[in-house]
Amino acid sequence: MINRLFGVALGAGLIAGLTLSVLQAFFTVPIILEAETYETASALTPGLQHAIAHANDVGIWLASSGEAHAAHEAAPGFLDRVFGEWAPEDGLERTFYTTVSSLVVGFGFALMALAAMLLGTKRIDASVGLAWGIAGFAAFSLAPSLGLPPEIPGSAAADLAGRQTWWWSTVIATAGGLWLLLASRRGPALKAAGVALILVPHVVGAPHPEAFEATAPAELAGHFAAASLVCSAVFWAVLGSSLGWLWSRGKEEDA
Amino acid sequence: MEQVTAISAVSVKGRARADVLKAAMLALVFGFGLVYATGFAHPNVLHNAAHDSRHALGFPCH
Repeated sequence: MINRLFGVALGAGLIAGLTLSVLQAFFTVPIILEAETYETASALTPGLQHAIAHANDVGIWLASSGEAHAAHEAAPGFLDRVFGEWAPEDGLERTFYTTVSSLVVGFGFALMALAAMLLGTKRIDASVGLAWGIAGFAAFSLAPSLGLPPEIPGSAAADLAGRQTWWWSTVIATAGGLWLLLASRRGPALKAAGVALILVPHVVGAPHPEAFEATAPAELAGHFAAASLVCSAVFWAVLGSSLGWLWSRGKEEDA
Repeated sequence: MEQVTAISAVSVKGRARADVLKAAMLALVFGFGLVYATGFAHPNVLHNAAHDSRHALGFPCH
């Protein structure tokens, strides 16, 4: 069981991760690179840097500006001491690491999604997998993006740990709520609880900076948020249906 | 005799269910670990390597 689960998840994770890295190369990476040119240019503008420094005093962090928040970090951990400020070179090396990280995330999400399907449904095939993939998209992309829209480098944002906590809380609440709504066969009271669970993180609200600042034009940020959601949607649809397809194929061979 | 067959059928089903549960829990923990290390861990080397993927998937990132 364990071997089959990990094998199917690995296959589907590679298919979905590869799809994601191709989509990224065409739709999100070009916007990230363009946003970084604004971010780098702003480092030469004293006025804006002053605004950022001031913002950091009250706990606002400029996205992806390593130097600006280095002073706020605690003592460097083991990996930081070994690798320092290493970053892949722009070009082939950066594309390589983006692809590898997409594949690893694909495998990770595939394991979680297949585990959920095995616990929550009796029949697993491509179309059931697609439905679960769409639920995964709702839980891991759609719901968190309402409070924390996908951001380009060079945007002001609230403290990272707070945003990560809100992000994971929203994912767990949405996934749990969808489970109560769709996967459990219990009464209307539990389904109502599921709806409430999905709403709670948005009533509480995501952590936001006290003032919105960005180095890149707003149009670029808007375009990026849309592109990112499209990439995630395709990734989850491919992930879910290939999980279902590979799982049902294995069953035929067993029989 | 019938009762014995029924009991063993239930226990076989129960064991299969326990197998699924064990494998699913292992996959959940392992999958979460992979997603966390690529998408959320703070060390610079992990952040910089996965930077563009973190942004593309809408993970909170600095």
